[in-house]
Amino acid sequence: MAQNRQYCTFYLGDLFFGVEVENVQEVFKYQEMTRVPLAHSVVRGLINLRGQIITAIDLRARLGMDELPDGKLPMNVVVRTEEGVVSLLVDKIAEVLEVSEDNFERPPDTIDEITRELVLGVYKLENKLLLTLDTEKTVRLGPPVSMAGEV
Amino acid sequence: MDKNSKPDSDLLKGMEPVAPDMTPDPINKDQTEADTEVSSVDNSEDMSGMDDIINEFIVESYENLDQLDQDLVGLEKNPGEVSILSSIFRTIHTIKGTCGFIGFSKLESVAHVGENLLSKLRDGALTLDPPITSALLAMVDAIRQMLSCIEKSQNEGVVDYSELIETLTTLQKGESAKIAPAPTETSSVEKSEEIVPVAQDEQSAQILVPESKSKKEDSPAKPAEPNGGVERKQEVRSMADTNIRVDVTLLDQLMNLVGELVLARNQILQFSSKGQDAGFLATTQHLNLVTTELQEGVMKTRMQTIGNVWSKFPRVVRDLAASCGKKIRLEMEGKETELDKTLIEAIKDPLTHIIRNSADHGIESPEDRKAAGKPEEGLLKLRAFHEGGQVNIEIIDDGRGINPEKIKEKALEKHLITPDQASRMSDHELVNLVFAAGFSTAEKVTNVSGRGVGMDVVKTNIEKIGGTVDIQSTYGEGTTLKIKIPLTLAIIPALTVMTGGDRYAIPQVNLLELVLLEGEQISKNVEFIKGAPVYRLRGHLLPLIYLSEELKVKKKDDNDKVNIVVLQADERQFGLVVEGVRDTEEIVVKPLSQQLKGIPAFSGATIMGDGKVALILDVMGLAQSARVVTQTRKRSRLESSEKGDEKATDKQTLLLFGIGEKGRMAIPLSMVARLEEFKQADIERSGNQDVVQYRGEIMPLIYLAKIFNGDTSYTEKETLQAVVYTKNGKSVALVADKILDIVEETITTKRASNRKGTLGTIVVQNLVTDLLDAEGIVREHDPTFFDNQPLATV
Repeated sequence: MAQNRQYCTFYLGDLFFGVEVENVQEVFKYQEMTRVPLAHSVVRGLINLRGQIITAIDLRARLGMDELPDGKLPMNVVVRTEEGVVSLLVDKIAEVLEVSEDNFERPPDTIDEITRELVLGVYKLENKLLLTLDTEKTVRLGPPVSMAGEV
Repeated sequence: MDKNSKPDSDLLKGMEPVAPDMTPDPINKDQTEADTEVSSVDNSEDMSGMDDIINEFIVESYENLDQLDQDLVGLEKNPGEVSILSSIFRTIHTIKGTCGFIGFSKLESVAHVGENLLSKLRDGALTLDPPITSALLAMVDAIRQMLSCIEKSQNEGVVDYSELIETLTTLQKGESAKIAPAPTETSSVEKSEEIVPVAQDEQSAQILVPESKSKKEDSPAKPAEPNGGVERKQEVRSMADTNIRVDVTLLDQLMNLVGELVLARNQILQFSSKGQDAGFLATTQHLNLVTTELQEGVMKTRMQTIGNVWSKFPRVVRDLAASCGKKIRLEMEGKETELDKTLIEAIKDPLTHIIRNSADHGIESPEDRKAAGKPEEGLLKLRAFHEGGQVNIEIIDDGRGINPEKIKEKALEKHLITPDQASRMSDHELVNLVFAAGFSTAEKVTNVSGRGVGMDVVKTNIEKIGGTVDIQSTYGEGTTLKIKIPLTLAIIPALTVMTGGDRYAIPQVNLLELVLLEGEQISKNVEFIKGAPVYRLRGHLLPLIYLSEELKVKKKDDNDKVNIVVLQADERQFGLVVEGVRDTEEIVVKPLSQQLKGIPAFSGATIMGDGKVALILDVMGLAQSARVVTQTRKRSRLESSEKGDEKATDKQTLLLFGIGEKGRMAIPLSMVARLEEFKQADIERSGNQDVVQYRGEIMPLIYLAKIFNGDTSYTEKETLQAVVYTKNGKSVALVADKILDIVEETITTKRASNRKGTLGTIVVQNLVTDLLDAEGIVREHDPTFFDNQPLATV
């Protein structure tokens, strides 16, 4: 039997994403942020997480997706990475899923470049697809100029 | 400390040198554990590096000796146990090695014979029997005795151990010897009491209290002087009793917790300011006080003076100078500057490298120096100080400096820069190329430095701890290297300001004063030079930076108030215009995440009293990106120089001023020496000429309004604004009614003018403006002005 992995899942629009559970420190609802002028365009701000200051990255912007519709507030998925603890802003947090490696496939070449860069692969679930995110690449932003999105 | 063993022996004079014929195995005590620990040994500021080394040695040795007692007793029970023997051997070896290094020869010699005996035991040449054990224990006691002497009086005492040494030597040769017990304490007291005055005792008492600021002038490195050896029962506690070793990670944890506590305290303070309950208020006050003290205490545990690192440099420099045949004097300033232990560790190697570099490449040989008209002895200066919430370390030498041309050649040769870039780079930028990876200018590689893996490593190491390094050099005159290390762990007082609806914290150390301008004052006091706003602060021009513009955020409240926060960056002052000023608060500096590291405007972030995050402004970074301080940081260097090129078209910068109600005039800024403001009271008369005393000279005033409009209302004004025109060291003041603006315009003369005193009419900012014929007016006024002669009294 193939190995099973656990993913913390969330939605961005109608896309279903997952981050390996071991990399997730915690999830919490929207919290007010302090914006950072001059920062990379995908950085939404700084959050006080029990005395720890963490950077929030707008995952929609990072993946080149449209902004969240007005009035809707994102939620935080806090991931541990080599670059430190970072919060990824997502639309809605879903359950923790255990998936089988048998259903794994590399991302197809037809999806846009930025998504292909940041998505490790796709799990074919019964009624939907789970895209797994490369958190390390996601939080590595490079020089503070707008780069994400316009692909 | 265990001091109950009081062996006795005769007191003999003289010290028998021990022949160094027996070279012990170079087994070193395992130091890895010690490396990760900070010894909270006396950190009082006046402690010299040597004192610290000795203290550490004493603390460590006491610990080892306690272990040794156990080991020896254990060994007596199991004489064959090699591991115990090895452990004993190592301990004694370490003690011997360290005292040899520090210069305690007596202690060293005792340890040396003990070690010889132990090595025989360890190798199986001898087996442990009671006489040997006793002799070894006597040796341990002797070592302990000497240590306590060193601890109290900085020397090994007068007790003679030659008999013990003899015993140990005899035993080592395999002969059974009459066991000579270690010298007695009582006798030493008797003897030394005559020699040692009461003052000796006071001194030792001071050493025992770590907080004491007593200055111990005489260097402890001096080998035993015949005083000391005193031991008194009423002695308080010894060093080992008052100090414990603490794991640095524990201190880190404590520091974090204190940080949290400070934040919680700030929040409670905010609540209490709203509350009415007197009891709650009193408790809050108490909490406040205790927190502050706790915070200071915990910070102190981690702080060490930079002198700890510097202490080894005199030797390094001396050795280098000797091997290169140079004369170098090392000066140190600000030894007492404290920084966090982790930072001390991190700068140790880079600093050593820089100093080696300066001594090796920077300072010339005495002959070269003489030829260059410099004193033979080169000067290498270390400076450390706190500034701008950072620790500044400067390494200054008066050596040959760095030749930017040579750097350029090398950099081109190594393809570090393109010829195009090279042509655009300033000397300062070129000099800083020495930090580029794979760069080495040394013509010959010496064993000291110059293998090309130098300065780039220095830079990386300093940047790793969030610092910056900059090099300034005048070819032929010397080089200054500036290192700045942020206090990332520190809790600092900061002023909170508002801009664009957000809060920002400015470290108090950067803050000089606050200026508030309202209504009319703004237009009156904020002037522009080449588009750059300036404010006259007590007669000095203060360049202004608008925070909202620097951060590219939208202004929120557009009121008619200008809040100027006067800040210090390097040697320059500038005014930061913010939208609001809040209060000052103690903030915990938290480093920015990796994603935000590249923004020069911020040095960190903090959590405010209300639990929200605020960014901490990097005053130096702001000043640099706003070009208050001339050189930009390296990362923005090339981009900015490219931008600068675009501007250099045929535009001219004009100073606009008003004459009368509507008259607008312009003068090329290149002709303006200064803008000045004179008080009516300062105006004096010389003949029929109004003059002012200006920079030690008498400067005539020319009233433009009078020339153009026949207007003499200037006599009623309290202050006069003037354009100072200077030529050949002579100045005149052209008094205008109002200084309007400085603009960059392409001059297109619409109409030549025959109006006297003007060169023509141009259109500036869509308004008709007369171009002032300054030279003509001045000549008219004083026909001799342009003669190349010193100014005669007008």
